[in-house]
Amino acid sequence: MLSKFQIFKIGFFDVAPHLLSVIPFGIIFGAIGIELGFDPIMTYATSLIIFGGASQIVFLQLLSGGASSLIAITSVGIINSRHLLYGAVLSEYLNKLSSIKKLFISYFIVDQGFAVSNIYFKKNKGQNFSHYHLLGSGITLWLCWQISTIIGIYLGSIVPESLGLKFAIPLTFIAIIINELRKLDHLMVMIVSGLAATFFYNAPLKSYILISPLIGLFSAYLIIKFKK
Amino acid sequence: MTWTSIFIAGLITYFTRMGMVTLINKDIFNENFRKILNYVPSVVFPSIIFPGVLLEDYGSLVTISDPKIYGALTAIVVGYFSRNVILTISTGLASYWILIFAQLKIAMI
Repeated sequence: MLSKFQIFKIGFFDVAPHLLSVIPFGIIFGAIGIELGFDPIMTYATSLIIFGGASQIVFLQLLSGGASSLIAITSVGIINSRHLLYGAVLSEYLNKLSSIKKLFISYFIVDQGFAVSNIYFKKNKGQNFSHYHLLGSGITLWLCWQISTIIGIYLGSIVPESLGLKFAIPLTFIAIIINELRKLDHLMVMIVSGLAATFFYNAPLKSYILISPLIGLFSAYLIIKFKK
Repeated sequence: MTWTSIFIAGLITYFTRMGMVTLINKDIFNENFRKILNYVPSVVFPSIIFPGVLLEDYGSLVTISDPKIYGALTAIVVGYFSRNVILTISTGLASYWILIFAQLKIAMI
């Protein structure tokens, strides 16, 4: 039987490889915030209060480009709506926790943490303290995001733009889903969602981030029906 | 004004995180819904990957010679065979950078 701390550590080690992209991304975000003309405290505050990389960049970009607050806020909501899907998946495993614990642990649900902890949960069904894995991965990601944002705010302007570090973002996500590529049904659903996202990328308010997963889920539904 | 926006955006984001975890009852899940949820990572991540590779910052399609395409293909091949996250990301980035600098060299000549 693993102790809470041991499971927490597994969460840390499982998510550690992803820090390779989270940290550069945080540095880039910090630098972008300053470049767009926001003061350091405000730029950092988005990391603490919103805590969602892609949405923070879009948020500051839109505001600095003269978009209304309403549009900037709606975009954040749409981009981060994917957490609803993560939450729906995770709720099965977090069900036993008290409301306070659920409210606390929810703050740490992010892409990479969800991906690694969901795999752990699936493999360790019925384990008592498995939610410590999500805390381990989530708090690690949170800490690194906060620190790298601060580093970015102060040092990021030194990183040359020509390095194109932003490209580490799609690469991270490729690494996350690479194992699903082995399943034909998942591969088909990925291609449908990806092409839909590319096609709808210029839809208002960055709504492609909601539209394309929904199209993908619908194609998954059709595949399930067809299999029967 | 900006501060108010940050707090509202933060609240909405937090709601997307806690909404399903605290409000949903496990019994609501039927078998089909559970099966569809299995596909969530496979629909969300490609929605970020594809535009990140295939589109420029301003939303137009990249050309076939774009280093991002070959960086992504390298990452997919390496990841598929190695099943190693660090190796996948680092070889993807390395091949991308090599191509960028190769193109810079050619442009300078």
